[in-house]
Amino acid sequence: MFPFRIPIRDWISAVVDYLSTQFSVVFDSISTLVLFLVDNFKDGLLTLHPLMLIVVLGLITYRMAGLTTAGVAVAGLLIVENIGLWVAFNETLALVLTAEVFVIAVGLPLGILAAGSDRLNGIFRPVLDFMQTMPAFVYLIPAIMFFGLGLVPGVIATFVFAIPPLIRLTNLGIRQVPKELIEASDAFGATRAQKLFKVQMPVALPTVMAGVNQSIMLGLSMVVIAAMIGAGGLGAEVLRGIQRLEVGQGFEAGLAVVILAVILDRITAGFGQIKKPQQ
Amino acid sequence: MSNIVIKNVSKVFGQRPERAFKLLEQGISKNEVQEKTGLVIGVYDISLEIQSGEVFVIMGLSGSGKSTLQRLLNRLHEPTRGEIIIDGKDITKMDNKELIQFRRKAFSGMVFQNFAILPHRTVMGNVEFGLELHGIDKEKRRKRAQEVIEIVGLKGYENSYPSELSGGMQQRVGLARGLAVDADILLMDEAFSALDPLIRREMQDELLELQSRMKKTIVFVTHDLDEAFKIGDRIAILKDGVMVQMGTAEEIITRPADDYVTAFVEGLDRTGVFTAGTIMQPVKATAHVNDGLHTVLHKIRRAGISSIFLVDSEKKLHGYLKAGEVAEEVKKESVDEKKKPHPSLIHVPDTVHPDTQLTEVINLYTESVGPIAVVDDNKKLLGVVIRGAIIAALAKGYKPEENGYHEQHTGTVEKDS
Repeated sequence: MFPFRIPIRDWISAVVDYLSTQFSVVFDSISTLVLFLVDNFKDGLLTLHPLMLIVVLGLITYRMAGLTTAGVAVAGLLIVENIGLWVAFNETLALVLTAEVFVIAVGLPLGILAAGSDRLNGIFRPVLDFMQTMPAFVYLIPAIMFFGLGLVPGVIATFVFAIPPLIRLTNLGIRQVPKELIEASDAFGATRAQKLFKVQMPVALPTVMAGVNQSIMLGLSMVVIAAMIGAGGLGAEVLRGIQRLEVGQGFEAGLAVVILAVILDRITAGFGQIKKPQQ
Repeated sequence: MSNIVIKNVSKVFGQRPERAFKLLEQGISKNEVQEKTGLVIGVYDISLEIQSGEVFVIMGLSGSGKSTLQRLLNRLHEPTRGEIIIDGKDITKMDNKELIQFRRKAFSGMVFQNFAILPHRTVMGNVEFGLELHGIDKEKRRKRAQEVIEIVGLKGYENSYPSELSGGMQQRVGLARGLAVDADILLMDEAFSALDPLIRREMQDELLELQSRMKKTIVFVTHDLDEAFKIGDRIAILKDGVMVQMGTAEEIITRPADDYVTAFVEGLDRTGVFTAGTIMQPVKATAHVNDGLHTVLHKIRRAGISSIFLVDSEKKLHGYLKAGEVAEEVKKESVDEKKKPHPSLIHVPDTVHPDTQLTEVINLYTESVGPIAVVDDNKKLLGVVIRGAIIAALAKGYKPEENGYHEQHTGTVEKDS
């Protein structure tokens, strides 16, 4: 139909090429940081005896979500240990935690900035929409271009995929702080920083924590997909099951992912409530 | 102590507000300006002065600009035009830093209709809030917050969260948060409007009681005229962003500036507004303590009244005499013309102070048998309360010169006469 073709693919490739050569220092340092965090999380989790970690996770779940959920969590963790997926399980957990560190470090300030400026929010919104609707696989390609194969591009792709809900919900939470609370703090002579830390963030906390929860869940799903570029963990087990057509093995790995998802979800869903009065 | 001077202040919401001013100056109404330009007029060309230590009420219906006017005082809204001078400083000229400092120094924050207290903090944490923003150290602000919590009657609730408190108690927290800050001006925006009537009245009384001790400058916004008249030393009535009248409750009731104010005033519970001083009648005839019986009778007959107050040269009230009893005494035997009334003839009247509320006067009236005298602190006779004036005040506002009570009831009149 057209005598020409818009060379989107050439442009993107050119940009990625340019960036990866010109900013290799930046990418290298990001790489180092990601590896450092993942290794430390993983080592930290795996130095503990499995039973001890199970008890610790069980207690945290109990504190955040009550006895029943804690029971389910402990049972699930024991199953994971029993079917021999303990190491993969903790690798995945380490990847998710690392990605989440970046998500919070970048997403929270961006969310706060978006809440303070309608113009910035107007710019962010379509970008975030784009990021969330773009198929998750696609992020793997530039991640590989910049960071090569392995867990680093996996974490980076996860970060990009998981950050939108935190930015959105931080923005929303702060915007939903009642106008009168802002007026009250202004009337008492609050500075911008005082308003943010003493009023806006504490009042928005439940919504912000919902954002943290959602980004962790998205991160977990992406970490599994990132196994395709060598991120390791439970995703690698699932992938192996697919490649070898071993239904049983794939199912076991999938079950372990579900168990991790339930535990992370219950724990972070509880965060928003801990500031509430205890009767 | 701070006094607030507002000079020709206007607030227009929207882009390029000059467009609105041009039209407003041509006398085009607020609504038309809004239709033509899309600009919303908050308040237009308001000038007034608020004295330090007074309770100044800004009153109007929703959309009248009353809250906007209040928010101009601490620049929660930026005035579009005009000057706002507090303590001799024009706050419209301050930069952001100066403004924050000035808000801390001059304002005891603000009290809101929906309380606007922080849900994640305890009562103590909320009351401390203002002091905390001002950078006062923890021990000091705890102590001050504790004092104020006791003043507003929340002792024992220091560690409760707002969600555990009733509306009235939450508003006490809001009030305490303001009072904790040692600054002169307290802004209250419909502070009691969300409370049920009984609690509202209680809070109003407490505010007045607190005010009598603290003497803050309170700027109170309300849509409730009863409330305005009850707590306001002076009241400004706003309509469509323009001030239609300003004055004391009595001035507004007795001389409403226009139909709008009249309509407002008609719905009013008058008993709270009128005092014995407003409805009392001048005493046309009095008897001197040295007057003989004949003189007294003569005075009674000439004035056509049923009883007469007995006063001395300083106008100090000594009692009253009943016409019938005096006449009988005169008829009896050949009383000496110069003979003074026998002490048994002198009755003790009920007395009220000019500031006594109408409700109390009415109560007294139903119990009393004689006339009710209005006297000052030195027992000096100032006037008399008659039934007609009470009814008139209750019915439709008191306008003695139009209703002509003087012709009908001169001097003192007995309740049943």
